Formats: sequence, C-alpha cells, structure tokens
Amino acid sequence: MTLQTKQLIDVEKIRQDFPILKIKVNGKPLVYLDNAATTQKPAQVINKIKEYYETSNANVHRGIHYLSEKATLQYEKAHEIVGNFINSDFEEMVFTKNATESLNLLAYSLTKNLVQGDEILLSQMEHHSNIVPWQQIAKEKKLVLKFIKITSEGLLDLQDLKNQLNKKTKMVSIMHVSNVLGTINPVKEIAKLVHDNNSLFILDAAQSIPHMKVDVKDIDCDFAVFSSHKMIGPTGIGVLYGKKNLLQTMSPFLYGGDMIKQVEFTDSKWNDLPWKFEAGTPNIAGAIAFAEAINYLENIGMDNIPNYEKELTKYAFEKLSQIDGLIIYGPKDLSKRAGLIAFNLGNIHAHDVATILNDEGIAIRGGHHCAMPLMGLLGVTSTARASFYFYNTKQEIDLLVSALQKAKQFFGEKDVK
Amino acid sequence: MSSELMYREHIMDHFKNPRNYGHLTNASFKHKEFNPLCGDEITVEVKLNKDIIQDISFVGRGCSISQASASMFTEEIKGKTIQEVKLLDRNFVLGLLNIEITPVRLKCALLALFAVKEGIKQWEGGK
Repeated sequence: MTLQTKQLIDVEKIRQDFPILKIKVNGKPLVYLDNAATTQKPAQVINKIKEYYETSNANVHRGIHYLSEKATLQYEKAHEIVGNFINSDFEEMVFTKNATESLNLLAYSLTKNLVQGDEILLSQMEHHSNIVPWQQIAKEKKLVLKFIKITSEGLLDLQDLKNQLNKKTKMVSIMHVSNVLGTINPVKEIAKLVHDNNSLFILDAAQSIPHMKVDVKDIDCDFAVFSSHKMIGPTGIGVLYGKKNLLQTMSPFLYGGDMIKQVEFTDSKWNDLPWKFEAGTPNIAGAIAFAEAINYLENIGMDNIPNYEKELTKYAFEKLSQIDGLIIYGPKDLSKRAGLIAFNLGNIHAHDVATILNDEGIAIRGGHHCAMPLMGLLGVTSTARASFYFYNTKQEIDLLVSALQKAKQFFGEKDVK
Repeated sequence: MSSELMYREHIMDHFKNPRNYGHLTNASFKHKEFNPLCGDEITVEVKLNKDIIQDISFVGRGCSISQASASMFTEEIKGKTIQEVKLLDRNFVLGLLNIEITPVRLKCALLALFAVKEGIKQWEGGK
C-alpha cells in the first residue's frame, strides 16, 4: 500500500477475504469500481449461506422441531443485528426484498388514507425507485407529486424545500446520498424542516448506510430504506425501518402466512411488529448472511470506512480532474460528496468508455443510473460512474485513469471537446 | 470479450463519419426511438416516393455501436420499398455490422431498425 496517512484499514488483508477480487477479466486483474450498483461479498458472507443450508435450514416461526427452532433463532438474531446497526428497536425493523420493495410498501401503505390534492414531495435527484412507486400511486389517487430542485452545484436546494412545504404536504421522501451526483444531503436538517411542517420524512439510505454510520434516531427520520447487496450482503434482502407508532397504524402491504395472528374465513388480525410486514416465508438465509455482512463491516469499523473512502475519493477526484476533456458531475466540495464519481469523457458515450475499460479488467457503470429525470437536468443521456468501497485501492484508481487515457486515444482527440 | 472485436475499422469509420446524418426537408414521416438501457436516442426521417424510400436521415445521441448501425442501416435501405424494409429483421442489421455483439449492446445495434420499423407502422396507421 502506498497510502501516506495513518492506515486504519489493511486493504491488502481485506482483499484476501473477497474471492471474486482474485479473478481476471480479459487477462487483467479485476478492478471493481461499480460498488454503487452492488458490492462484492467476502467469504464470511458466502460461507454463512452455505452453512445455513447445510446445518439449519427449516421454515421460521412454524415448526417446533430442532431445525425450525434453530432457523428461527438465527433469523431473529439477524433482525436484532441489522436493527442495532442503525439504532432501531426490534419492532421497527422489517426485512423486505430490497430498498425498492420497502419504498413500494410505503407508497402503498402510507397513501391509503390520502385524498385528492394531497402532496408528496420528492427531489430531482431521486433514483427511479423513489419516483415511480409514488408517481403511479399519485396517478391512481390523484395526489400531487412535487420535486425539490437541485442547485447548479448538484446540492439539494433547501430554500426550494422550504418553499414547497405546505399544509397539503403529507410526506417527503429523499435520498441520503445521490447515486449519480455523490451528494450527501443534510438529512437531519431536512427531517427538522419536514417535521416542523407536520409531514412524514422518508429516507432512502441505500447509498449511505453501506458507507457511513447512520443512526435513524439521531436523524429522526420516520422511515428509512436500504438494501443488503450494496453493503457486502446477499441480494434479495433489504430493510424497511419505521417508527413504531407509525408502523402500528399502517396497513400491511403483502398478505399471507406469518403476518397474521388469527385468521377466520371472513377476516384476519395482523401479527405484532415487525412480522406484520413480513408475509410468507422470508429470505432466511439472506437475512442471516446479511447479519454476517454487518458483523464484518463493524469489525472494520463504520468510522474507518468513510475515512478511507474519503481519501480514495479525493485521490480519484484529483486524478480524474487532470484528464483533459473529462467532466465530473456533482459537488466540487468533497466534504459534501460520498465515494462515487460520475463523469463523461468528452463526447464519448459512457458505454464506449465502459467497453474500453472492460478491456483493462475495469468494471464501471455506464448509463443513466436509474435516474433518467436527473440525466435530463444534467443535459446528458448517460454518464460513466466509478464508485468505491473499502476494498478498493489507489493503485486501482491509477489503472482507471490510464485506461481512460487509452479510451480517449482510441476514440480520437476530435471526439473530446 | 475484447473490444477489438467490436470496434472494427468499418464500425469506427461509420461512427466517426456517419452517413445520412442530419435532417430532411419534406420528410414523409419521422420517428424517435429510445433505448432506455443506455439512454441512446435516435430520430429517423424518411422521404417516400410512392412506396420507395427516396431519402432517409437520422439524428441522435448514443454509443458508437448505435450510431454506426444507424449510419450503415440507413445507407442500406435507401432505395428499398416499404414492403422490403418491413421484412428486414435483426439478422439483417447484425450482418451489416459483422462484429461480435454482446447481449447488452444488441439493443444499441438494433435501435435504428426499430426506429424505422416503428415509424413505418405509425405512418401506415395514420394514412
């Protein structure tokens, strides 16, 4: 390692835990810089899934045999570990499929009693998952969807938020960290503004919780959503956090087994929290492996991770800025930015950039990042994006930079304006 | 797959010097098509003489594959009848490109074909 500052993360040691980081792509060592899309998994998490199926597999909350009790115990322990990670009480943390499902649950359940003309406030930087569910419900129920503007610097326009909040605003749903701009939104401040207006505040924490300590009580959000797979856990498991008093009054989103207390032919009573929102057999192995992922992250330290990523991001930002014709989107003030950088290289389409990089074994994202409305605002149809995690290194950023130089050469200077 | 198999000389030639790029005066119909996966977009403009494609142009933004494909495809169908073009399928376009296309890039490669076919369909529907 060539990091000059005090090294709290032993990257080389960490990388040994991730089997996939040893593979070669086109004959070159894999450089994985698509962590905002999904992250790689350490052997500890992968082995946990195997271990569960080999030693504990049974349905939870049902049988009274040895395996069922063992599986239930482990599943409930996973609930506890994931809940503690964000400082949520046991009853307030529900397992879903992913952040998208959690947002669909909220869009469905929270709007049940809304009436025509009620307003839902989102922001212009939202991911499709925090637009489309609201948009479709809004159409059906004739609700009004509004969007907080972003500034030219790529920050949320807080004055516009204040201006748009009014008596009809029932809820505000905003991402903590933008998956395109990298912007870290001041969510504690936003929660206060939203609550002063007597509206609910929903936090899309899919891009923040993997990378920084997030305390839902401290932020005082009413709901928060995130996904396991963006934080070295398996796919197919995610979280809905909600304040207890709110979850209690909400209707379930999915109906079926495990979420009921009593069923008669004509009516049913809902189970206690959090099970009321977990219909059917859950992703038991996924939840247990997710808890293992959180143990892994906590061992590294949720203070060390952002510190290390900040250093990587600063290094990448400086190096990328030096490439002639490369445009970086989002805040220039690195204190307001998380570990991802979206950019375009002159007029070269992001997919062409990604293809040339792939020759060098480098994985980045090229496309609209599920944020087509934001792409429109930026005046582009797509961007390339490099996103980092604690297992990336400065050497990998150097490889990225030299591959970008190659791409520029390949497509010719005339394409880079 | 290495990009060398994709970015062959004829592809880069069409990408860097696209044929039929721009607008037509008196187009009989035009049609815009998107590729939501990449954010590619293309608008084709067609001028018909009876049922023959007398002239065709395109404008758009996209990756080298989508742009080169549009350039080659428009060049190839100029002079063909509407009936002939309606019978063309993806294999025709892939044959023109004559490169290895990964599944992800297939949509880029076929965007111009879709744009022309959808344009024809709507034009016929509106006749």
